[in-house]
Amino acid sequence: MRRLAFIALTLACASPAFAQDHAHDAPPAADAADPVGTDQPAGSASAPSMAHNRAADRYYDPVAMARAEAAMMREGGGPYGAAVLDLAEYRLNRGRDSYEWEGEGWVGDLNRFVLRSRGEGEVGQKLDHGEVEAAYSRALTPWWNVQAGVRQDFGQGPARTHAMVALEGLAPYRFDVLAQAYLSDRGEVSARLEVSADQRITRKLVLQPRGEVLLAAQDLPGQRLGAGLSSAEAGLRLRYEFTRKFAPYVGVNWEWLPGRSGDLARLRGDSANSRGLVLGLHGWF
Amino acid sequence: MTLSDLDRRTLLRATGAAMLLGAGWPAGASQPLFAQGGAALSGEEITLTLSKGHLPIDGKPAAAIAINGSVPGPTLRLKQGQQLRLTVINELDEDASLHWHGLLLPFQMDGVPGVSFPGIPPRGRFTYEFPVTQSGTYWYHSHSGFQELMGAYGAIVIEPAEGMPAAEQVLVLSDHAFVHPAHILHNLKQDSDYYNRQPSTLQGLLQGQGKPLAERLGWAKMRMDPGDISDVSGAVLRYLVNGHGPQEGWNALFTPGQPLRLRVINAAGMSFFNLRIPGLPLEVIAADGQDVRPVSVDELQIGPGETYDLRVTPPDSRAYAFVAESADRSGMARATLAPAAGMKAEFPPLRPRPLLTMKDMGMDMPKGSSMKMTMRDGSLAPQVAMGPGVDMISAMPMDRTGDPGVGLDGLGHRVLTYHDLLALNPMPDTRAPEREVEVHLTGSMERYMWSMDGKTMRSAHDPLPFRTGERVRVTLVNDTMMAHPIHLHGHLFDLVTGQGLHAPRKHTVTVQPGGKASFDVTPEPGDWAFHCHLFLHMAMGMMRVAQVRPAKDMQVHPA
Ligand SMILES: [Cu+2]
Repeated sequence: MRRLAFIALTLACASPAFAQDHAHDAPPAADAADPVGTDQPAGSASAPSMAHNRAADRYYDPVAMARAEAAMMREGGGPYGAAVLDLAEYRLNRGRDSYEWEGEGWVGDLNRFVLRSRGEGEVGQKLDHGEVEAAYSRALTPWWNVQAGVRQDFGQGPARTHAMVALEGLAPYRFDVLAQAYLSDRGEVSARLEVSADQRITRKLVLQPRGEVLLAAQDLPGQRLGAGLSSAEAGLRLRYEFTRKFAPYVGVNWEWLPGRSGDLARLRGDSANSRGLVLGLHGWF
Repeated sequence: MTLSDLDRRTLLRATGAAMLLGAGWPAGASQPLFAQGGAALSGEEITLTLSKGHLPIDGKPAAAIAINGSVPGPTLRLKQGQQLRLTVINELDEDASLHWHGLLLPFQMDGVPGVSFPGIPPRGRFTYEFPVTQSGTYWYHSHSGFQELMGAYGAIVIEPAEGMPAAEQVLVLSDHAFVHPAHILHNLKQDSDYYNRQPSTLQGLLQGQGKPLAERLGWAKMRMDPGDISDVSGAVLRYLVNGHGPQEGWNALFTPGQPLRLRVINAAGMSFFNLRIPGLPLEVIAADGQDVRPVSVDELQIGPGETYDLRVTPPDSRAYAFVAESADRSGMARATLAPAAGMKAEFPPLRPRPLLTMKDMGMDMPKGSSMKMTMRDGSLAPQVAMGPGVDMISAMPMDRTGDPGVGLDGLGHRVLTYHDLLALNPMPDTRAPEREVEVHLTGSMERYMWSMDGKTMRSAHDPLPFRTGERVRVTLVNDTMMAHPIHLHGHLFDLVTGQGLHAPRKHTVTVQPGGKASFDVTPEPGDWAFHCHLFLHMAMGMMRVAQVRPAKDMQVHPA
């Protein structure tokens, strides 16, 4: 009651100056301490429940409203997509120059269809090893996706088909991670881990350290690799972003074929370790 | 099938999509070149026509959508108390609409397709009819697709029923790209940092700019960039005043010593602006069309959807620069106020890009506090649907209505905050709110997803229910590191800023990163759009329908 009287009083002499003076100069009497307007705390009344109808249906054709609502819901819903070329490079390696590519395309949003391809070969020779992967990708967290799909190999070794599961995403400290596990149609089990990070030197210059290891439970004739730690790669690439979507790079890349893989390579007359300057292009659209 | 076949096909498909997205429409003889800024229209019968063409921005044509052949469209000069019949003709190839931003009207005249009316089909028309009950500065814009981002907006000025008009100018601020907004969205979906052309660099670190190493590592650990102020920047946007690009600028005349009222409307689709006129104090006399007790400042930030009326009295017979700098300092919209035609103002350079702090992550811990905070503790916000679309929950969201906006602290001059605003007239509904409803503004920077309570408009058809005439407090909690200007259609609400009966009345409130803001409102019957006024955020789902029904139609929710 006292509050009501106070509100009435305040409204009656509701000049801005009054409220202002009051707020600043009033003695801490019980009346004056009563908060008014937006200074009052909120009560704890319950929320109403939802009505399952459209208010506008009373004024307009409900069919037209339903159509407009459906169209509005679709807005911004994609589908989205992109094609990304992670690596497309020429490797200068003491007279045995080679090339390598890795890229992917996707459509969707939280659920995506992903098409990925990678491969390498020596210049002037037939393609050594290539892969195409098709996978369904599902968002797990804001940064991680799980993927499942199939991979088809082609190239010098026997053409294997694999089932694939993967975890792909952005780790703390902004490391891009792709961890994949494979089971081939011949029961071969293998895994691949790729990690890279972009370090911006200037607005346009980006240094990218990158590492990749391949593990196998047995020899992988499809990739002409041996069991165990089958291969390891480390690289350092410096790219210049003419635009984010078009960025040529130079770098160095080391490749090791340890243990069985090295033996197999030497049998073919190849070297087990290589190091080379790389020139390539990174981009997307 | 060979690899090259596959690759080429993927490539072709993707290229096709990109081309579809990339171009607006080709410049050509068949497309008209629009005027910059429209004529004033008055009276009880007004016709507005939406059409496509090109807007010359600093001499270069950009695909645009105009109203009556101009960007912005005509300024509607109305009189409080009049009736209004607005016929909107849609000459576009897609559904269109116009929404009257800030006007109090029956919900079925509010103009949001799928919420308040069915929209206007291509080559169709629709007549809006409602009484004009208020006075002040408002605006109108399309609520369909990306049309607002392409120029479908205009000013509304309503003279009070009594009172003499004084010298005034309308300044419609906006942003416009030379590429289609869908192309911008496509880029953000692939790389949410795409338009941030001032990222943290090693060079900056070595030169002692930006954050020190330890803090950089902290941000990197969170997978966030403290330089993410705006997700679309001057890298692709041109900032306009009344349709004029920054090179060209827009000019207005004043009489030295005479007060001039600037009606500033932020019609930008994706940009906050910091407003100032170097050498001239800005006297804020109205916010969102509502008179406030005049308060003098040197700078203020205006969010998309907000309007401010500023009174300036240039003492000298010289040109003054009206600067509207984008909040990320990637560009500015420019206007010259001069005593005579042909005078040029000197514009200051862009100031350095500001950086976010832990306060902007809702993690401003009191010193010595031992509480361990995590970035994404869903138990702090039980109503939020945690998932891939929610990358943070503010651990300690603070009321930030007393903050001036990112990058405006400690400038050494007076910058407006919501706490400086006092309504000239006391609020009409002085009741205490019966209840409080909390709405979390959520998102995932990396995926470019935006939502409320972790749910997009698509994933949650669920409206926010209100009872007609109840008094309710809405508290918005920003669980993202971006500021969001939140707009409630068809209402003026009272911001909770400690001003009691003189709370500022607004229709759009900016919730600072990691912070919160509350308003009290008395809901009007109908379905009303409630959304972020960054248009791409709204398109991605940071929107709800506020569903207001008579109390008797609703069952009380079981406690
Ligand atoms: Cu937003």
